[in-house]
Amino acid sequence: MKIKLLDIAHGRSGDKGDAANVGIIAYDDKGFEIIKKHLTEDAVRKHFEGICFGKVERFELPNIRALNFLLHNTLGGGGTVSLKHDAQGKTLAAALLRMEIEV
Amino acid sequence: MKEKIRIASGQGFWGDLIDAPFTQVSEGQIDYLVMDYLAEVTMSILQKQKNKNPKFGYARDIPELMQRILPICKAKNIKVITNGGGVNPEACAEAVLDVAKNLDINDLKVAIVVGDNIKDRIDEIIASGCELNNMETGESVISVKDNLLSANVYFGAMPIVEALRKGADIVITGRTTDTGLTLAPMIYEFGWDEKDYNLMSAGTIAGHILECGGQASGGNFLGNWQSVPDLANIGFPIAEAFPNGEVIITKHETLGGKVSFETVAEQLVYEIGDPKKYITPDCVADFTSIKLEEVAPNRVKVFGITGTHATDTYKVSCSYASGFSSVGTLTYSYPQALTKAKAADKILRARLEKLNLKFDEIRTEFVGYNACHGPLAEEIDEDKINEIVLRVAVRGSEYESIERFGKEIAPLILTGPPSVTGFAGGRPKPSEVVAYWPALIPKNLVQPKVKLFF
Repeated sequence: MKIKLLDIAHGRSGDKGDAANVGIIAYDDKGFEIIKKHLTEDAVRKHFEGICFGKVERFELPNIRALNFLLHNTLGGGGTVSLKHDAQGKTLAAALLRMEIEV
Repeated sequence: MKEKIRIASGQGFWGDLIDAPFTQVSEGQIDYLVMDYLAEVTMSILQKQKNKNPKFGYARDIPELMQRILPICKAKNIKVITNGGGVNPEACAEAVLDVAKNLDINDLKVAIVVGDNIKDRIDEIIASGCELNNMETGESVISVKDNLLSANVYFGAMPIVEALRKGADIVITGRTTDTGLTLAPMIYEFGWDEKDYNLMSAGTIAGHILECGGQASGGNFLGNWQSVPDLANIGFPIAEAFPNGEVIITKHETLGGKVSFETVAEQLVYEIGDPKKYITPDCVADFTSIKLEEVAPNRVKVFGITGTHATDTYKVSCSYASGFSSVGTLTYSYPQALTKAKAADKILRARLEKLNLKFDEIRTEFVGYNACHGPLAEEIDEDKINEIVLRVAVRGSEYESIERFGKEIAPLILTGPPSVTGFAGGRPKPSEVVAYWPALIPKNLVQPKVKLFF
């Protein structure tokens, strides 16, 4: 069965220099197991092809059922230099939640 | 010692809801109002204002705000802590004291924290062996030294604690960490040992939750956002802190918004890197130790926090001038809105190329199609879209090229694809690009100073 991440998780994103931070939080423990399994660094990098041009780092916060990703080389030079409409990567959490996964 | 204190967030950034600090002091009992005004780019703006007028260089919303809240703060014994002093905390303090005098409040105790501004000490600091290497690229600051607009050290909670211990009612700082504003009153009121890093981390994490104002109490909430009541009257978050380091995040009952596990969790993951190493001048907090529990409606307990000792460096935030940029937009309507916008972009680029202008980057986005999610945007059926905004942005070191770009946007209306509008604002003007230079400095090279105005 295919599900959209939006149905099992929420999150927030922002800027850290030229990197974007994308935090994804599962609504329950089952959801956390799913995102932990499917949101690998590789999967996230592939998802953001054409947006993220650097490496993807993943960190776990099991205490709040969350994963935090750092997407390097993503914001077109960083918040103040970037020509992007979304220079701070504010909409990138929603962009990751578009992902569909097979469970 | 107090059994608990209530610390209220009043501003998440400079430009936030003007009325929020007023409602925070009016709608219920609080002990402290904390206000963060300084984003990374703000210091360069303030430095420019101070260069033009030595009386400026701080968040000039503050005197007007004080006019409204000082009588209430005085009556309710609320202390105010803010980093809105920017690059001129002295002038900010004087302005606040003028306001107090006009209100016939003559015993107001204002203190400032300075010493963070190292712009005029760069040569001396480089000579001492610290080249303020860029944390991202490793490059020495010497490469941008001549274009530096501002250079400030992030101080932590301790200088504010010193000001409170000396009796200050209002503490105005320059560059201070957002988290230090909230941690400081806890250290002061509960007599915490600054080497108890679990407590330092508990207060720091409370500060992280408060530092973006309404973002912790239902604003910008990506969960079930439609379930958040009355965002029009959103209550900014309040940290109810206890001597053992436990904190309850809440808000005034009379106001809108929502404080839940989900709203607090979203703020916890905002702009963090490695969650085990959240580095501040006061401690290194471990976000994976945080426990959250909804103990009542709009009351979330934050507890179980651990952390380790602080590093021996402060973070430095420098800004420097890095050329110019400009953004032009035009709106194309049905039918074939996206096709028209794409054609207009092609025509514009051909004209720019013919003019032989110099740009470091030209970026085109189609708002309504792919401006937010780029290649993740799904193909759209042109029959079903009503309009598309063409957004073209350029950046470069030559002012003339950037200025000329601005003159090429409007002509597209009469010389490009049809059914185009949205050009009421005139030619887009070049704006100066301020780039950001993060670095570290050994703590022994800078000394925070507390000055009392009483």
